[in-house]
Amino acid sequence: MAKEFICIVCPRGCHVSVDDLGKITGNQCKRGETYVINEMTNPKRVLTTTVKTIFPEVPRASVKTKEAIPKGLIYQAMALINQVVIEKEMHIGEVIIPNILNTGVDVVLTKEIRRKEER
Amino acid sequence: MIVDVIVIGGGASGLAAAISVKKRNKQVLLIERENELGGILNQCIHNGFGLEVFKEEYTGPEYAYKFIEEFNDLKIDYLLNTTVIKLVKNGDEFVVTISSTAQGLKEIKAKAVIISSGCYERTRGQIAMPGERPRGVITAGSAQRYLNINGYMVGKKAFILGSGDIGLIMARRMHLEGAEVLGVAEIMPYSNGLNRNIVQCLNDFDIPLYLSHTVTNVESDDSKRLKAITIQQVDERFNPISGTEKRFEVDTLLLSIGLIPDITLLDDLSVEVDQKTKSSKINQAYETSVPGLFICGNSLQVHDLVDNVSKESSRAGNCTADFLENKFKPRKKINIIPGKNILYVAPQYLDFGWDFTDLIISFRSSKKLEKAIAKVYQGDNLVYQKRRTFVVPAEMETISFPYQELNDSQDIRVELEEL
Ligand SMILES: Cc1cc2nc3c(=O)[nH]c(=O)nc-3n(C[C@H](O)[C@H](O)[C@H](O)COP(=O)(O)OP(=O)(O)OC[C@H]3O[C@@H](n4cnc5c(N)ncnc54)[C@H](O)[C@@H]3O)c2cc1C
Ligand code: SF4
Repeated sequence: MAKEFICIVCPRGCHVSVDDLGKITGNQCKRGETYVINEMTNPKRVLTTTVKTIFPEVPRASVKTKEAIPKGLIYQAMALINQVVIEKEMHIGEVIIPNILNTGVDVVLTKEIRRKEER
Repeated sequence: MIVDVIVIGGGASGLAAAISVKKRNKQVLLIERENELGGILNQCIHNGFGLEVFKEEYTGPEYAYKFIEEFNDLKIDYLLNTTVIKLVKNGDEFVVTISSTAQGLKEIKAKAVIISSGCYERTRGQIAMPGERPRGVITAGSAQRYLNINGYMVGKKAFILGSGDIGLIMARRMHLEGAEVLGVAEIMPYSNGLNRNIVQCLNDFDIPLYLSHTVTNVESDDSKRLKAITIQQVDERFNPISGTEKRFEVDTLLLSIGLIPDITLLDDLSVEVDQKTKSSKINQAYETSVPGLFICGNSLQVHDLVDNVSKESSRAGNCTADFLENKFKPRKKINIIPGKNILYVAPQYLDFGWDFTDLIISFRSSKKLEKAIAKVYQGDNLVYQKRRTFVVPAEMETISFPYQELNDSQDIRVELEEL
């Protein structure tokens, strides 16, 4: 039986199908093929969330896993990330948790943490 | 003193517009009412931004930062914590009234103005929702802001009305932060959000999506807090079908029922409004019916992809610079009309006084089409066509073609032909 997927690699959201012989159709680019193969073997997702800071003007800072991590680890990763508190000014891209859950993937800041300038 | 261009709003749109005006060596002042630049992107901490512009996938704040860096490098003037409260035109000059706690009220004059004030969310008052009016019913975007910027979760058990992207993204976000998200109801037989959001926000976490369903009752407890909601399936004419009631005990109902361009600032100017886009009509240079007044981003048309906002706004900025250089002599204009299977088009006018090579038209389809051809006619003449697959109302489409062949005597019509 053919399997249907919606590729989530980019917002285009192609409908991709895989037939019994493993032939992949419907993807508008090569990344769709890779996505479907991963989805059938080891589905992964990028996790985006926030961490606390000590600055009242910026109480939360957004973070992400730099690469996708296995879907099954998302809840554990959330629990770890929720323990972090940022205590100094930091730059976008700086590592908050290296190699989270031994995935080889770092959790990084997606926002500049700076006290608000007066303007 | 009079500045060349005032840009109102410092989101993705205002940043891109200001950058392109500045690159043309014009003087720009950008005005933003929040305490930072970036607009709505600051609360959109999920990824999925920038694939078209940067060929890489960023989160909202990262995408904003790319533009903020360039904006700062160009040393563009801006004001934060400052709201534009009035905009009028006196002769050839715009008078912009700003208000801030630091400076109070002040007037600034400009030769041209770019509106990039974004959009606002439809609220309960704009749809007829029966039942009580307790606390706990809020728009998905406000909940997103509370959670991602302030770190405050609006509730523990939530249901979501409307399958727009913000609602889908908030379903996942609240679920991951430990809330129970019981489902999403959508009155249409299809989702209004991007496919990828259905997959990674709902399916991934087994959050049910009830298509052709709407909320038909809202109950509150003694302290006027939301206690429960009831959803019901609807027929083709959106009437609730009795016997299909499902009741959910929740403390939060998020509304993700649509975005409307914010054009409150245009109230004192006589711009022509398009009933479909709910914004000003424009010509191909993003100029409203008031000369020198330009509009782009979500205040022009609600976008689903920020990449399109940036591209559109940077074109609008360039056109504003053209205007200042008098590269425009008003001439004859013709209408661009939405035809079969088209919900709206922008621009609504083609003005032959602007010198362009390509005509770029954005549109949305009025229904889902698996395979279609976008066709542009002038009279009976087919002037452009392009095949499209999976055309849905939730995704804005853009076509672009050279317009030398067009004449100034007949209107243009855009159609989507189903294959
Ligand atoms: C929840 C959500 C999720 C999204 N997800 C994606 C996605 O995954 N991928 C993607 O590509 N796109 C996504 N988008 C779309 C895209 O991010 C937006 O369309 C884009 O950022 C809008 O930019 P804008 O500048 O037009 O509006 P905004 O960012 O809203 O900016 C308008 C600015 O104007 C300011 N302003 C308004 N009125 C005044 C005034 N009177 N005086 C001073 N300042 C004023 C506001 O404070 C605001 O900062 C999403 C949008 C939303 C809402
Ligand atoms: S197949 Fe390519 S174009 Fe289609 S959704 Fe996936 S990444 Fe995007």
